[in-house]
Amino acid sequence: MARFVVRRVAYSLVTLLILSATIFLIVRMTGDPVLLLAEASASEEDLDRVRHQWGLDRSWPVQYATFMQNAFMGELGKSFNYRLPVSELYFQRLPNSLLLGLSATLISLLIGVPAGIVSAVKVNTWWDNVAKGVALLGLSIPGFWLGLVLILVFSVWLRWLPTSGAGDWRHVIMPALALGWYFAASMLRLTRSSMLEVLGSEYIKLARLKGLPDVVVIALHAFKNALIPVFTLAGVNLVVMVNAAVIIEVIFAWPGIGRLLYEGIFQRDFPLVQGVVIMAGFMIVGINLVVDILYALIDPRIRLTR
Amino acid sequence: MATIAGDRPRARGVSRLSGLRQAPLVPALILGALMLVALLADLIAPHDPTLPVEGATMFAPPFWMEGGSALTPLGTDFQGRDVLSRLIYGARVSLIVGLMGTLVAGAIGTALGIVAGYVGGWVDQVIMRVTDAWLALPALVFAIFLAAMIGPSMWNIIVILGAVYWTRYARVIRGEVLTLREREFVKLAEIAGASTLRVIKKHILPNVMNTATVLASLTVGVVIIAEASLSFLGVGVPPPQPAWGLMLSEARPTLMAGQWWLTVFPGACILLIVLATQLFGDWLRVRLDPQTRNL
Repeated sequence: MARFVVRRVAYSLVTLLILSATIFLIVRMTGDPVLLLAEASASEEDLDRVRHQWGLDRSWPVQYATFMQNAFMGELGKSFNYRLPVSELYFQRLPNSLLLGLSATLISLLIGVPAGIVSAVKVNTWWDNVAKGVALLGLSIPGFWLGLVLILVFSVWLRWLPTSGAGDWRHVIMPALALGWYFAASMLRLTRSSMLEVLGSEYIKLARLKGLPDVVVIALHAFKNALIPVFTLAGVNLVVMVNAAVIIEVIFAWPGIGRLLYEGIFQRDFPLVQGVVIMAGFMIVGINLVVDILYALIDPRIRLTR
Repeated sequence: MATIAGDRPRARGVSRLSGLRQAPLVPALILGALMLVALLADLIAPHDPTLPVEGATMFAPPFWMEGGSALTPLGTDFQGRDVLSRLIYGARVSLIVGLMGTLVAGAIGTALGIVAGYVGGWVDQVIMRVTDAWLALPALVFAIFLAAMIGPSMWNIIVILGAVYWTRYARVIRGEVLTLREREFVKLAEIAGASTLRVIKKHILPNVMNTATVLASLTVGVVIIAEASLSFLGVGVPPPQPAWGLMLSEARPTLMAGQWWLTVFPGACILLIVLATQLFGDWLRVRLDPQTRNL
């Protein structure tokens, strides 16, 4: 077990190094940020001074080393635009993104799990086909378009919900639905296949042979085991949603991390962009590591074969 | 015996027919029609998609509503441009980006997957660690980041989406090559003295093409949505080019005024094309590679 954990942690660190180096290089290869920082009339000397001030006159390897050193201390550089540490901006926005992500996860579970269970229990019936249709639509309807249509229906025509911003629960519903929609489809698919697998297993057959009623078999025996992978996926999805909800947050003017990234990109605030993207990488590599280790704890076959 | 032998050809004929019957007629028709529209855009579009229509007002509604006219059947946008013509030309953008982006992603991923799986050793380690790093970022965030850094144009978007979505190919195809490598026909080719390149070209590549095709059919829709998202955020296809994502973005400032046709039509087009590719991909998956049904 210890060897497995050490190897997985090492892999994760290598992944993060490659990731951060890639981001770092791309940012620096695609334009001179100093020109954006200084005024248009600035002389060459002024530009040099600004470069020095932000440490941009040093060689790339030195800049990268400094950057990584600071990153491990929890410091991701200073935003050009806000003149504030990137980590401060990031953690300022994090609670909003968490709220949106949690609501979207809840919605995806509320839609995906019951529909997936019904679909598996009544496999190849009319119910199953409806669920399959919903899953297909989940993958085909662009989430941001769903968001726009929701605004159109509930804000413009019915005037029930506010279009944008953060506040009480009425502000959360539409962005959470637009964000959770796609994930609901993946929850549905996973619940269905996981449930089908469990329902076909020996212990379920035994439970049925014992003469237990269907409800008991499904609710007490199958449900519990079938949902382990589903909740794992929900956890991973939550981390993805917190970091990747750029377009939904832009549409609903939700003050989260995705919008922070969007603002950073348009102001060419590259320490901010770099910091947010790398934080996303860190969080996702982290959650994957946690999931892998938990699964290895539960199932010894994983740590032996991989 | 005679009857069985006599039955055989007919049985095969029947199965071929039933194979045809299972063909996804509806998605194939939708995709065919969209491709035709994209190809013949110059002929069928009633107006220039980038210029205001002469004699039409701004924000004219579709023809069946009050104030609409047959001149611009699906209404006009904030510059008085014809929505229908823009949708028709937009099909071209979506299809080109969807197909080319998928092709680029497939080429990168398949090549890396084959090399990693067949060569093995540290080459495999390096490729798979890079794949992991790529997978650690949400694809769309990565694409937005690259697009913002490199700058907007349709061909840039194709390269960017190719550079973002290759990872799944690399993973799956590497796994397949790992088992292929141990198969006898590959071993025999090696013993016969075939070069690495020849083994890959003659024995490995043909055997992973089915999987690559299935993955491609499932990637097209994802790439089309990604293009629309980038264009919507203003880092994709630049105006005045008519892309569906861009049309949605241009409709946003006036969404509150209730000009629903500017938001509903482009999105419905995206939905239609992605739905069709998904259904087609599902069919192809079952048809070509029953083992990947759970992908």
